[in-house]
Amino acid sequence: MTRRDSYLRDVVWRRFRANRFAVVGGVVVLAMFALSILAPYITPYEPNTLDAYHVLLPPSSAHWFGTDEVGRDVFTRMLFGARISLKVGFVAVGIATLIGTVVGLVAGYYGGWLDSLLMRFVDIMFCFPTFFLILAVIALLEPSIWYIMLIIGLTGWMGVARLVRAEVLSIRERDYVLAARVIGCSDQRIIFRHILPNAVGPVLVYATLGVAGAILTESSLSFLGIGVPPPTPSWGNILASGKEFLEFAWWLFLFPGLAIMVTVLSYYLVGEGIRDAMDPRFSTRR
Amino acid sequence: MLYYLAKRLLLMIPLLIGITIITFGVIHLAPGEPVEMQVAMNPKVSAEARERLRKFYELDKPLHVQYGKWVGRLVRLDFGRSFAPDGRPVIAKIRERLPVTISLNMIVLILEFALAIPIGVMAATHRDGPLDRWTTVFVFLGFATPLFWLSLILMYLFGVRLGVLPISGLHSLGYEAHGIWWQIADLAKHLVIPISVATFGSLAGLSRYMRTGMIEVLGQDYITTARAKGLSERVVIYRHALRNALLPAITILGLSVPGLIGGSVIFESIFAIPGMGKLFMDGVMARDYPLVMGVLVIGAVLTLVGNLLADLAYAVADPRIRHGRERAL
Repeated sequence: MTRRDSYLRDVVWRRFRANRFAVVGGVVVLAMFALSILAPYITPYEPNTLDAYHVLLPPSSAHWFGTDEVGRDVFTRMLFGARISLKVGFVAVGIATLIGTVVGLVAGYYGGWLDSLLMRFVDIMFCFPTFFLILAVIALLEPSIWYIMLIIGLTGWMGVARLVRAEVLSIRERDYVLAARVIGCSDQRIIFRHILPNAVGPVLVYATLGVAGAILTESSLSFLGIGVPPPTPSWGNILASGKEFLEFAWWLFLFPGLAIMVTVLSYYLVGEGIRDAMDPRFSTRR
Repeated sequence: MLYYLAKRLLLMIPLLIGITIITFGVIHLAPGEPVEMQVAMNPKVSAEARERLRKFYELDKPLHVQYGKWVGRLVRLDFGRSFAPDGRPVIAKIRERLPVTISLNMIVLILEFALAIPIGVMAATHRDGPLDRWTTVFVFLGFATPLFWLSLILMYLFGVRLGVLPISGLHSLGYEAHGIWWQIADLAKHLVIPISVATFGSLAGLSRYMRTGMIEVLGQDYITTARAKGLSERVVIYRHALRNALLPAITILGLSVPGLIGGSVIFESIFAIPGMGKLFMDGVMARDYPLVMGVLVIGAVLTLVGNLLADLAYAVADPRIRHGRERAL
């Protein structure tokens, strides 16, 4: 079992590496992490210190991405904003993946009325235009980054649930699960040792794509003025303040948008890369 | 077919009930009562007026009674009156905004299919070649670009810098004075940027789906048979393969409805288009609860209808479905 696992991992890893786009995406993802963690060591400026003498300066060697309307260094704010945007992405997707996996496992493994009930609930949640639901909830609550993460997570778990359920349904009938049951394994052990590990792959792909989606959603919310509350920098709210100065301070607007685009694209390429690498149908070139 | 339709309609009922329960629950998440919120914005409201409002929304009754009464009114399409100063019925506001959003989304959907299908087919037939790789990057760019950002850049470029396109609304000032053709041209000019951006953003999903579907179909035996009997590649791809690869695209059509409706919030806010998305956003900002609830319910019902239409189209296209075989999930 273990040897087969490591063999599989090798194959997946080799195929992933052969995919140039996926590798570039992976490098960018790692670079973004490094930049956001090392932010205080990279830049000499503080993200929230006002400087009335250096307002709306265009990009220069001192301020790579220029300064904003209250004299803060845009590059610095984007480095610290990366922390927020990535945090929102990961926490939101973490919540969604956790809920989705539990719901999918329970529905798929136990089946019956519980399955019907949970899946109808998934259908209902899928009916709502997600962005409407998020807006409606956020409008009711105090603006806070935690609510944003929670709400994006709570409205994004349904896909994972369906995915995990489908995996469980197909794995449940395999001989080795039957064997495990025959020798008297508990439900818990069967779920966690025999079923879940096999569903990890597709969930990982889904979660990677989910991070990209969550980063976009956060930026849209902040852009509309109901996302991460200022002065905390996030890519979305740097953009939001940039739109006021679009005509004479393009740097405020251009760079955060590019950062979002490059990051989202990278997560997407990585996600697709993992999917293609794991999918046996894509293994042989016809 | 009729049997299938009836079955589908019946299945919608529990979903509709679920939608109303969730909407009702969302609104009652709010700390304090809706009335408090409305009153907080207007200090002149007396205690007596507050009491009257509370009576009107039945906030003094237990939750299940409130829910029951609310659903009772929903069935008669009565969403209550907007909290906005004009105090008009919510349904009237929605009715006047809905056609704008639906027609814009229809145009986007048509363009999306017209572009995404050929892109997906080309990517599949040139699989792993440079064409495949670069269309992949292009459609991913569409997915990854924050559309509000792209919209503003295009607005700035074409509207402010070059001055060739109008940047907001649907009509120019004083458009009523012009002839019909002028009005149509004017409308088209206003729509160029929002529609191109929305279409660009929606290409990724469908074209990827088409690509995967096409690759799968092209590997099947009947395609090999078609090739073996000497049919040209064109006929094999466009006559034999495409038909079957198109089936799943119909499902995507249904699934993309909530995304389109949700996305309309952003587009309509940026371009000041008087549709349902902007109505919703304004309602959210003003904490206009009856309006928010109304739009939320209508948005979900539209999604249901979209899914139903897609499923019906699927049943029309694929005889295996309409002859009663249960479709797996």
